[in-house]
Amino acid sequence: MRIRIALAVVLSLAGCGKPAATRAITPQKMADALYAVLAADRAVYAHEVVERLQDQEGVIRASEHYKDDRALPLPAQMFRLGAEAARRTSGGVTYSLLSPWPINTQNAPRTEVEKAGLRRAAETGQSSYAPESLGGERYFTAVYPDKAVSEACAACHNAHRDSPRHDFKVGDVMGGVVIRIPVE
Amino acid sequence: MGARTGILVSSILAAAVGGYYGAAFAVPGADRRDLLPGRTTRGHYLIESACGACHTPFHGVSSDACLRCHEAALTAAEDSHPPSKLSDPRNADRVAGLDARACVACHREHAPDRARAGGVTLPADFCAACHQDIARERPSHQGFAFAGCATTGCHRYHDNRGLYEGFLARHLHEPEVLASPHVPPLAHASNGKRPGSRPLDRSDRDDPPGQAGGDARTPGARDDGALVRAWEGSAHARGGVSCAACHGLPDAATGMTIWKEHPGGASCGRCHALEQEGFAHGAHGARTAAGLSPLTPAMARLPMRLEARGTSLGCDACHAAHAYDTRRAAVEACLGCHDDAHSRAYRASRHALLWERELAGAAPPGTGVSCATCHLPRRVSRVRGADVVRVEHDQSADLRPRDKMLRGSCLTCHGLGFAIDSLADDALVERNFNGRPSAHVGSLDMVERRLPGGGTKP
Repeated sequence: MRIRIALAVVLSLAGCGKPAATRAITPQKMADALYAVLAADRAVYAHEVVERLQDQEGVIRASEHYKDDRALPLPAQMFRLGAEAARRTSGGVTYSLLSPWPINTQNAPRTEVEKAGLRRAAETGQSSYAPESLGGERYFTAVYPDKAVSEACAACHNAHRDSPRHDFKVGDVMGGVVIRIPVE
Repeated sequence: MGARTGILVSSILAAAVGGYYGAAFAVPGADRRDLLPGRTTRGHYLIESACGACHTPFHGVSSDACLRCHEAALTAAEDSHPPSKLSDPRNADRVAGLDARACVACHREHAPDRARAGGVTLPADFCAACHQDIARERPSHQGFAFAGCATTGCHRYHDNRGLYEGFLARHLHEPEVLASPHVPPLAHASNGKRPGSRPLDRSDRDDPPGQAGGDARTPGARDDGALVRAWEGSAHARGGVSCAACHGLPDAATGMTIWKEHPGGASCGRCHALEQEGFAHGAHGARTAAGLSPLTPAMARLPMRLEARGTSLGCDACHAAHAYDTRRAAVEACLGCHDDAHSRAYRASRHALLWERELAGAAPPGTGVSCATCHLPRRVSRVRGADVVRVEHDQSADLRPRDKMLRGSCLTCHGLGFAIDSLADDALVERNFNGRPSAHVGSLDMVERRLPGGGTKP
């Protein structure tokens, strides 16, 4: 199944005495909406689950090896678990969490759009949008800055031995969320 | 021979050959093994006559067919390379080189010249397709050949749970044998301590003689004293499970419960569903699960004892009906069929000595090491915060790659370093671990060197 963007969503205004209005959901609008949901869930998990239970209540900690440690997944892992699960049913829409300073090098930017988008995010804190062709398919690709929303994010990356950067502060751009929407 | 005779002979031959091979398709349940395009792998040869288990007519082999049997194991293994990971468009260039989203990209059947351990038909250096920069990212890997990535004790493509860096770091400097080596005790299913039940004896037997329907027996028709005595000594009797619990089966026609003299495995599955599910996933139960006749040792490629060739593999083959002695199922049942070097070496092994000591009451329960201790290990899972222990009945689950056995079995009693070295020593495995490992795998050393203050031992 493919998501057909630029697909017209017809909103019937029956009973209003007006002709049916047609509003198109642009790829950018769809990407922005998806990002709003993803970013909100990500922040809520970081604050209301990990930060609260680990740093305030001391009930349970979050760990990179959460299964063996009987712990919570780290916020970034939670995000990636969702991305992987969604890929099975999302009709080609994908999202990922990447960084120019990845702990796992598989999460470094690979495509030119990713590299340019993450560079812009790091330098300006701005999101960017670009068309992209991968594997014979065309995509609308959006890159959003991903900031350290809590001290735990910065501290964990700064302390990790595989992190190539150790001076993150709260509010710093640590990477980016990349959303791809297949277009025809 | 004239032209007409030639045509006639050719036609008869063509009809005979066509009829012979065509019948394999036309006759349900016909043996199609003559149509196999090449020798099947050790993982699939037992079900090779069930073409439909893997093939969809005119559509080849889809990953869905593979996952029907293997998905549960891949999920349990926390598959490191699931198709969903590779389906990210940012991996399109990698997929173009090796589309590992499809199982058959790496596991091509009927290709005996290319098949390696685990049925992998790619060259051994396939990791290079995506991880060519590993030596730059991990200087400790400089000079390593990609063909060695999947060496025992290094990396596993699907199941890396026993070899990831954090796991290795946690198991540095463990002794060869842990301080208290023993398997976890089972819950009621096998030791008979079923909550709310009371032990039964022959006065409690509930097999109504002459019951209508089914294959009811006639009272006094035969002496079943030996069977009753066997049952009285079983975990079933200790746990309050009497005759009708197994022999009473629902009759599809009437909806009534009727007596079955030979109720078969379906009856066992009513209480032991997880065990039966595991059995169906392993080599012992794969044929039945594929709709074929039960496995017999005569079908096996592994060396089997001649006298066991006709044994039909079901629950009773190992557990022996009525007594259901799990101790017999743990060693005697295995060695009653298996006759390879590893099996033949068991009786003289240190593991066997521990098992005999436990059976003799000279060592605490759980300290003996039977065939089942390693090949049908006790799995501990957490349910509502408590440990639940059950026996894995898929004896193939941890067999290959060999180091899958680390977490599931070896580490119950041994330190990780010793266990990795032992599993990496082919000759030692064949001797059933009689002796010491001659190999040393450097995985733990590499992890230790990366720790803060690398190389300093505690």
